[in-house]
Amino acid sequence: MSIALLSLIVLGLAALGYLLGRQRALAAAGGDMRRLHSLPSYYGASVFLFTAVPAFLAMVLWLLVQPVVVDRSTAAMITAADVPQGSSHALVMADVRRIAAGLDILVARGMDEDLLATMRADLSDIRGRLGGVGVAVAETVSPNVFEAAKSYRSLANTGRLAMAAAVLALAVGGLLYAAFRITPDLRARNIVESFIRVLLIGASTIAILTTLGIVLSLVFESWHFFRLYPAKDFFFSLTWNPKFGGGSSLGVWPLVWGTLYVSFVALVVAVPLGILAAIYLSEYASPTVRGLAKPALEILAGIPSIVYGLFALITVGPLLRDWLAMPLGLGDSSSSVATAGLVMGIMLIPYVSSLSDDIINAVPQAMRDGSFGLGATPSETVRQVVLPAALPGIVGAILLAASRAIGETMIVVMGAGAAAKLSMNPFEAMTTVTVKIVSQLTGDTEFASPETLVAFALGLTLFVFTLGLNVLALFIVRKYREQYE
Amino acid sequence: MNAMQTPVIDAAALKPRIAASGVQVYYGTNHALKDVSVDILDRTTTAFIGPSGCGKSTFLRCLNRMNDTVASARVEGKILLDGQDIYDKRVDPVQLRARIGMVFQKPNPFPKSIYDNVAYGPRIHGLARTRADLDEIVETSLRRAALWNEVKDRLQAPGTGLSGGQQQRLCIARAVATGPEVLLMDEPCSALDPIATAQVEALIDELRERYSVVIVTHSMQQAARVSQKTAFFHLGNLVEYGDTQQIFTNPQDPRTESYITGRIG
Ligand SMILES: Nc1ncnc2c1ncn2[C@@H]1O[C@H](COP(=O)(O)OP(=O)(O)O)[C@@H](O)[C@H]1O
Ligand SMILES: [Mg+2]
Repeated sequence: MSIALLSLIVLGLAALGYLLGRQRALAAAGGDMRRLHSLPSYYGASVFLFTAVPAFLAMVLWLLVQPVVVDRSTAAMITAADVPQGSSHALVMADVRRIAAGLDILVARGMDEDLLATMRADLSDIRGRLGGVGVAVAETVSPNVFEAAKSYRSLANTGRLAMAAAVLALAVGGLLYAAFRITPDLRARNIVESFIRVLLIGASTIAILTTLGIVLSLVFESWHFFRLYPAKDFFFSLTWNPKFGGGSSLGVWPLVWGTLYVSFVALVVAVPLGILAAIYLSEYASPTVRGLAKPALEILAGIPSIVYGLFALITVGPLLRDWLAMPLGLGDSSSSVATAGLVMGIMLIPYVSSLSDDIINAVPQAMRDGSFGLGATPSETVRQVVLPAALPGIVGAILLAASRAIGETMIVVMGAGAAAKLSMNPFEAMTTVTVKIVSQLTGDTEFASPETLVAFALGLTLFVFTLGLNVLALFIVRKYREQYE
Repeated sequence: MNAMQTPVIDAAALKPRIAASGVQVYYGTNHALKDVSVDILDRTTTAFIGPSGCGKSTFLRCLNRMNDTVASARVEGKILLDGQDIYDKRVDPVQLRARIGMVFQKPNPFPKSIYDNVAYGPRIHGLARTRADLDEIVETSLRRAALWNEVKDRLQAPGTGLSGGQQQRLCIARAVATGPEVLLMDEPCSALDPIATAQVEALIDELRERYSVVIVTHSMQQAARVSQKTAFFHLGNLVEYGDTQQIFTNPQDPRTESYITGRIG
């Protein structure tokens, strides 16, 4: 039975339960709705929830656990002899799963189950048959692997049947339990309320746990890295020079410097332009202009960063080189901090302006009236009343843009290059933490050397930076809020 | 508080400060104010009364060109301040608003210190040459708004931390600080409790000795207590304008009478 069909049946049962619950509630009250504790639909909904929620929860759990269990029990069937030279147990298990899936397709195409049961790897052309349904198997299939695949398949099928039975039983049980306990005094409304609360808590728990998981895995892998590579060198060495043969120096400073430099240039571009645009839009523009300009600015935010990267690579880089860097004698590289920063700044303008515009609009009109009423001009009003009142929000917007800048990769690769350098010259190629994370992980090295694991340490560094920025943003916002309210 | 002892004004002796004639206001297609003509006298409190939405605030906002900040508003007619048309091209509305102060319905102190709130106008218009000048302006204005004694020890505290009545008096001090010739007040007491209201009313009476004050109010009693002249608006028309005493005791128009006796409102 497919998952979709099973879900549909459970939902059908739940809908039935809804109708039944409603009806039983009305019947219990003798048709007089006022004698019920809750509206009839709440009784219906309580039955619906008791039918559907436990059944679906069981289904999800089962789907998560079953593969693990099946894998475990079949893995034992593969012996060391079945693992070819240069391969691994895990790779063979992946083959087993693929063959099992291929067999499923064969059966679905009309192959007899009994025939399959008697089929043997050393007698039939398994490889050819599987190839015929689009499942490519690398080498000839060894008997053990084939038996494992068969057992995998049958275990999985049994498991799925058992799941269907369990889920349906739960659904029917829940339906009957909830439907038969309905009395006029049952607080169905409160039951529904607690179900909803649990649902909401569940959703936020998932979000929090995922974040926690990601952070923990970062920390764990970084710890792994620091066992292979001295933390002192990572944090204090001023050179970044990974060699995949070993003996690399992996000092983080050139990357951190590049990240901060590029982000700084980006903010220098984005913050003034963004805030001034926001002020124009919210304080000066007529409704028509605003209606056109605001969406136009927001389109900028919708352009993928790779497109900005192209723009940096092809237009801005050469332009800056030919008109600024070369005449000033500051270098002849078209990849430079200035290029990446400038383009990234343009990308960040809509972030700053859109958020600041919302924040400026939230400043009460009464403030402006008060200022105009005293004979202030619009720009005096903006500078002395509107901006101070909107400042905490604007600082928040800027820090958000800064986080974006620090995490940006594409524009840096295409605009600033990939050379890790510690230099003050904005027309020199530099690179950032994110770019190096990518370049350390691309390539064909095993995932156990310091050169690859350093990616996690870099990721953690980046995370600490953005976390720090967010905490700072919160702190500033709170401080000013106290002052202004 | 001493409203009962208000001296009787010899209206003929006072010259008109503002002379409005044939004022029309449109918000888009909504004709909100229809052909209003009023003379606002010097050193007199004029009350605008009338049911909600009849155009009192709209007319008040014409007098200092605050309607310029409303994109959809269009003003026609003539409004003279000391003989000069304030809607003339040569008149700078920003300058004008410094001469005609305004206090709003809801107290709206800036999110700044009490001192900076009052010093806001003088700073913008460069009224103080030295810090000591500014200190003096702030003190006089706060005294004039009867707030000095309550706040003199915490001038650096935020203005938004004051009580509602104190905030409104702070807004009055703020308006007074720019040295206006006319003070417009749009329902200044509607958000205040009776005690704060009494303080503001007493204040209006004092302010009248220097300025001409225009007050929009919903309270008949307040109009009777603080004003010498009253204008009654109804559905965008100025129905009746005259001495407060006469409007309240012997209204000429049946609509005025019904409003005052509580039959329309
Ligand atoms: N900013 C505005 N935009 C559009 N219409 C307005 C605006 N302000 C007031 N009006 C309209 O003008 C009329 C008069 O309003 P208002 O002067 O505020 O009345 P009052 O102060 O006497 O209660 C009302 O019909 C109101 O809807
Ligand atoms: Mg009004």
